[in-house]
Amino acid sequence: MQDLSFITHWIDNRLSQTLGCPQWLTVTIECVIIGIALLLLYAVLALFYIWFERKICAAFQCRLGPNRVGKFGVLQPFADMFKMLIKELIELNHVDKFLFALAPFLVIIASMMSFSVLPWGNGLQVVDFNIGIFFLLAVSSIGVLGILLAGWSSNNKFTLIGALRSGAQMVSYEISISLSVITMVVLAGTMSVTEIVNNQAHCWYLFSGHIPAFIAFVIYVIAGTAETNRGPFDLPEAESELTAGYHTEYSGMHFGFFYLAEYLNLFIVGGVASLLFLGGWMPLHIPGWEAFNSIMDYIPSFVWFFGKALLITFIMIWFKWTFPRLRIDQLLSFEWKYLMPVSLVNLVLMTLIVAFGLTI
Amino acid sequence: MANIQDTVAKLFPEVEIAQGETLELNVPDSGWHQLCTTLRNELGFDNLRALIGMDWGEQLGVIYYLVNSKTYEMIRCKVTTDNRNEPFLHSIADLYAIAGNYEREVYDFYGIKFIGNPDMRRLFLRNDWVGFPLRKDYNADPQINPVRLDHETVEDTTVTYVEDQNGKITEETRQIFVPEDFVVNIGPQHPATHGVLRLRTAVDGETIKKIDLYLGYIHRGIEKLSEGLTYPQTIHFVDRLDYLGALINSHCICLCMEKALQLEVPARAKVIRTIMDELMRINSHLLAIGTFCMDLGATTMLFYPMRERETILDILERTTGARMTFNYNVIGGVRQDLDPNFVADVKHLLEIMPNALKEYNKVFTGNVIAKNRMVGVGILKPQDAISYNVTGPSARSAGWNYDVRRARPYGLYPELQFDVITYNEGDSMARFKARAAEIEQSCRIIAQLIDQIPEGDICAKVPKIVKLPEGHWFQEVETGKGAFGVYIESNGGTSPFRMKFNSTCFPLASIVDHLCRGQKIADLITIGGTLDYIVPDIDR
Repeated sequence: MQDLSFITHWIDNRLSQTLGCPQWLTVTIECVIIGIALLLLYAVLALFYIWFERKICAAFQCRLGPNRVGKFGVLQPFADMFKMLIKELIELNHVDKFLFALAPFLVIIASMMSFSVLPWGNGLQVVDFNIGIFFLLAVSSIGVLGILLAGWSSNNKFTLIGALRSGAQMVSYEISISLSVITMVVLAGTMSVTEIVNNQAHCWYLFSGHIPAFIAFVIYVIAGTAETNRGPFDLPEAESELTAGYHTEYSGMHFGFFYLAEYLNLFIVGGVASLLFLGGWMPLHIPGWEAFNSIMDYIPSFVWFFGKALLITFIMIWFKWTFPRLRIDQLLSFEWKYLMPVSLVNLVLMTLIVAFGLTI
Repeated sequence: MANIQDTVAKLFPEVEIAQGETLELNVPDSGWHQLCTTLRNELGFDNLRALIGMDWGEQLGVIYYLVNSKTYEMIRCKVTTDNRNEPFLHSIADLYAIAGNYEREVYDFYGIKFIGNPDMRRLFLRNDWVGFPLRKDYNADPQINPVRLDHETVEDTTVTYVEDQNGKITEETRQIFVPEDFVVNIGPQHPATHGVLRLRTAVDGETIKKIDLYLGYIHRGIEKLSEGLTYPQTIHFVDRLDYLGALINSHCICLCMEKALQLEVPARAKVIRTIMDELMRINSHLLAIGTFCMDLGATTMLFYPMRERETILDILERTTGARMTFNYNVIGGVRQDLDPNFVADVKHLLEIMPNALKEYNKVFTGNVIAKNRMVGVGILKPQDAISYNVTGPSARSAGWNYDVRRARPYGLYPELQFDVITYNEGDSMARFKARAAEIEQSCRIIAQLIDQIPEGDICAKVPKIVKLPEGHWFQEVETGKGAFGVYIESNGGTSPFRMKFNSTCFPLASIVDHLCRGQKIADLITIGGTLDYIVPDIDR
């Protein structure tokens, strides 16, 4: 497996030794480079997902989808985003201007920060510290604050209902997400992202963790769909009930931030699922099949990561374009009566399996 | 009928009884409420089919069409007042739930105030409208009612007129919403109201406390317009009411005029009209299914019915030249002959429809989320359906077996075999399933006719200038959404003295408040979607 950290080491060496920068300057320059790289990745991923979802749902709906701008319409999201960038940010009367402007940034910041701990590839990770998963859970829950603020500060009844729904929904489903993540942390015995990935070198957790890992995976994907406010859990922005929910009053790039964050969160949920259950960037290794394993190693690690994340997100997009929307009471009772108890039992089950050493 | 005549004559000797198209009672206002109570409670006339305001010059009045929900007998009652400045009549809103809104419409257009109606606001026109437009002495000067550019103020209060024992009428103010209510405007611009319908909804958290129906955003006043046009011209308006039942609506008005002219429609035209009606019904139900699924969030399911609907629109386009407002039915028959490929196209449609319905069930109806959203939501009881004058699939899925095609047959329907789809649950699921089942029945009707379209004329000989004889006629048909009626009163001229379009969707929208109370906001969307009202038909 090729270690891509030589790129980062090369940059670091060039800055500190060849150019002779002091350490503080090296770190600053590196941070700026990483920031720009992430922002670019962020934009490209979001645009890709917009295109990807439009193409997929078009295929589901007997349509063609975007096909005029660029080959297969690949330039359509760029055109859309450019349009959104040059649109006016409409100033509303009777809104809390500061919070109104702050809200989209909070949403964006939450998903940006989650990016820092995703295992992009072998050696490609922004920060690697021993509570990576914990950090991920913490920062991703900032997003709900942005949504609540957006709904509250817009001074509109639809946005308020949307925000309250979103608050109730995200706080509830956060529990299931956390429990299924903890289940996997129990199996891994560590919260460090790198170690979790390395532990899956011989077999992915989805296969090595027996039934509890599988249950945790299903719960994670369901709760993850709810966390991203996507169908069938898109109640906060249920367009047939609340016009556009919490972001009804936003225009131009402020709306664009919510729009981007939705797709980025989709990717993050897919990325974390691939990290916890499908081995992150780790190629598919089957114990005993050495030749097969070495062929798999030739596929670059970031391709593995993006491929797995794409697969999970495809399933979530499939949900959205198939299922009708739940009602708020059904949504909450589903979480509190089914998902959470199952997650708790599953956690105990996983603990027992690990305690008795029954893992592969 | 004789029985009714005897009972009424015995109990109410002051009532004038005549036999026209139906039994006709001419009732003085003082005895009207009591007679109406008798008719409803003892003689079984528990369905108020139409409430038509009238202005005969010296007299203002109201014509009521009452229907017995079991025997489908219909009677016509006429109540008048001589006082044009302060016209008062007695309300029957306590007997028929729909009468409350019907009387508001009459107040809006004729200024007749109804004693005992709990809510005597204007219904369609602005609060600051001057005059009552359907009165014959109405001044249409644009100086009096200019196009107002200012915002209409909406009050949270309404008035009701109460009569004490001495006959003195006093005005009382009533509260619609209290200041503590959190009132959300669902509409007029809202994705799920299927047009510019405004539902002022008081919510407690996610639970609906009360809905105030606010109408008139696309009121076009076609009843007023019709009075200034010739009879053939008025036909074009009905295409623009319930545009998903355009051909059925125009069939209705043509039937009404043909009845007045005593015209015999050629056999070929009759068959064409029936096939077109059923195609239109399938079209209407397909759109209802599709948009309802989209309202529930299953966007993909919108496109599958749309695909089949496209086939129907293509068929209609090839024959009529239009996809939306067809202007196809004319007095005495239809305008153009069928397209040469019509039979083959329709047979192709009949082939694909059963599989398409199976596919819808596979994608949507069997889904557990869809079931949870629909089963037990917005349960309509049969007595409410009758009292609110709800007809069509919505009423039949509640257990009231009323289908104009069977109850008051017209056209070719007496000779055709089809089932009246009835369910007893009355919930959203039943209303949804009823539509799919009715598509099957419509296909069955078309299959019986498509091979036997007789040769011959497509239109009877009609004089160049159509003059209806003096009299009045009421004709009903079954559209995709329910019973649609046209009432024409003629004084022998070339244009109608009064033309009333008895809306199908107005009762459907009126019952939303009743069905939604205590349910969630999301259920309002489900209920609205399954009732399948369409706003141009409500507002007219």
